[in-house]
Amino acid sequence: MTDTTVNPISGPPVGTAAVVPVQAPPARWQLLLRRPTFLNGVAILAFWIVCAVFGGSFAPHSPLAQDLLATNAAPSGAHWFGTDQLGRDVLSRVITGARDILYVAPLATLLGTVLGTALGLVMGYLGGAFDLIASRLVEAVLALPAVIIAFLFIVALGPSTLTLILVIGLIFTPLIARTVRAAVLAERDLDYLPAARLLGEGPAWIMAREILPNVLPAVLVEFTVRLGYAIFTVATLSFLGFGIQPPTPDWGADIYANYAVLPAGYWWDTLFPALAIASLVTAVNLVTDSVEQVANG
Amino acid sequence: MAMFLVRRLGLMLLTLWILSVIVFLAGQVLPGDPGRAILGNFASASAVKALDEQLGVGQPLLNRYLEWIGGLLHGDMGLSYSYRTAVATLVGGALLNSLKLAALAFVLVVPLGIAGGVIAALNAGKPLDRVISVAGLSAATVPEFVSGIVVIVIFSTGLRWLPSGASAGPGAGDLTQFQHLILPAIPLVLVLFGYIARMARAGTIDALAADYTRTAALKGLPATTVLTRHVLRNSLLPTITVIATQTGYLIGGLVVTETLFNYHGLGNLIFRAATAKDFPMLEAGVLTIGVVYALATLGADLLLTYLSPRLRPAPRARTAASTAASAQASAEAAQ
Repeated sequence: MTDTTVNPISGPPVGTAAVVPVQAPPARWQLLLRRPTFLNGVAILAFWIVCAVFGGSFAPHSPLAQDLLATNAAPSGAHWFGTDQLGRDVLSRVITGARDILYVAPLATLLGTVLGTALGLVMGYLGGAFDLIASRLVEAVLALPAVIIAFLFIVALGPSTLTLILVIGLIFTPLIARTVRAAVLAERDLDYLPAARLLGEGPAWIMAREILPNVLPAVLVEFTVRLGYAIFTVATLSFLGFGIQPPTPDWGADIYANYAVLPAGYWWDTLFPALAIASLVTAVNLVTDSVEQVANG
Repeated sequence: MAMFLVRRLGLMLLTLWILSVIVFLAGQVLPGDPGRAILGNFASASAVKALDEQLGVGQPLLNRYLEWIGGLLHGDMGLSYSYRTAVATLVGGALLNSLKLAALAFVLVVPLGIAGGVIAALNAGKPLDRVISVAGLSAATVPEFVSGIVVIVIFSTGLRWLPSGASAGPGAGDLTQFQHLILPAIPLVLVLFGYIARMARAGTIDALAADYTRTAALKGLPATTVLTRHVLRNSLLPTITVIATQTGYLIGGLVVTETLFNYHGLGNLIFRAATAKDFPMLEAGVLTIGVVYALATLGADLLLTYLSPRLRPAPRARTAASTAASAQASAEAAQ
């Protein structure tokens, strides 16, 4: 993360250091396109995004259509992935089930990243009592797995898509703030900050225009890492019955609705949504891994 | 050292206190009537009112918090809405069950994770390393119920080797209980494997690049001796922290695993409390996880300080290194 600091030799003279974002060559991010792991991850992600957006139009059946005469039917030519307890087509539900998690998880991550970056910048740059108090609060939130805290608040507030986004975003805020704070601390001793202060720049301007561009790679890595955990959290909450609510097709919720019949041998109800979640998580991780490698040089 | 211990304990208590406020407030958000929740829909309005008064529902928030926290400190976690018995008894039994499952997962994952990390480090940058790293990261972020479904489909409904439920039933022998716990342990192992392997890999890579390793190799020591006596000894310190801090996470991950496998542990208790809107039980369960986590982190810090002279906090100038190391370790453990 320190590779984004000012190059001491070729760094611009003090007067312009304030304006020129130092060393953020676009060429570095183009390296991503040469990484097979990144391309594979993006391909899987793109597949699910297409399913999420257009799934309704090419799914073989309506994901909500029940056929109570053909419940728990094994995979066949008519229903490739079989049918669930209510006789709904599992393939269609897997295709359309991509929709909600694919906007809830990124929005929650985005919210957490924006708030966390702001908090981390202030904590790291101002330091002092604010940093001390905020750090304690951050640690208290971190003393529990994110899933548990999210669970507690969503149970209390009642599940809805908006609650999911807000709660997960707010829980990610301290996690991201801590990473950003650490990155800011590494910047704080560098020469460009006193230079900016001498130019008469205020704290808000310095944080937003001087420090932020330099910690942006760390923020980006944190965003992709957190996106994986957001998917984990949304899927888990849905599985516990407090995430995306039925009858909306959703992988986690569908597993929750059908896992009781798994011991009876009806594996297709739950296995296919489970594999869908696994593939989405793996895709995000392939992207994360590449972004991390490139950001760290 | 004593000073360090006191400060560390103080921080832990402060964290737990803030946590108790958060948990308490979450329980107060819910609009609803505890008296009605306990007595059910058919109870008379006067009975509900009497119970509400007894529970102190109308009192100011601060009074209720003080009463709740005072009870907790005396081991009184309140009365479960849905079971109408003391929460403390329910939590105690459930915690014991969870610890059994967690212990099994630990015994399996620690050697596997360390071996995976060391193998990846020895092949750093090669395909095997990337496979272990990406697979570990994916396993760590695939929700437990997903891998749980896959192992049930393969080993229970498919091959019929193991039972799909975790509870062996009353009066079952130790061996039967053990058999029932194998499948539920696997998702936990998969989630933890990634973290432990990652730390072991990073530590080993650092140790491999260190001067003492080169010296040992140049002395002509056999490669295995260099690895076991010089590299591993140093590389596994941060891993120990991660392993210890993962205890708390493990207990948290049990909510999902225990629900899927229908095992009566702390996680399942929290799940049932949530579904029944049984807030005293939910709050007690969540706070118990917080306490277990705090104790595990404390234990990890003390163990690390004891094992590594470099991290002992006495000389002022070196504390930075110590905080950096523990911050890194806890960052790894954040989930």
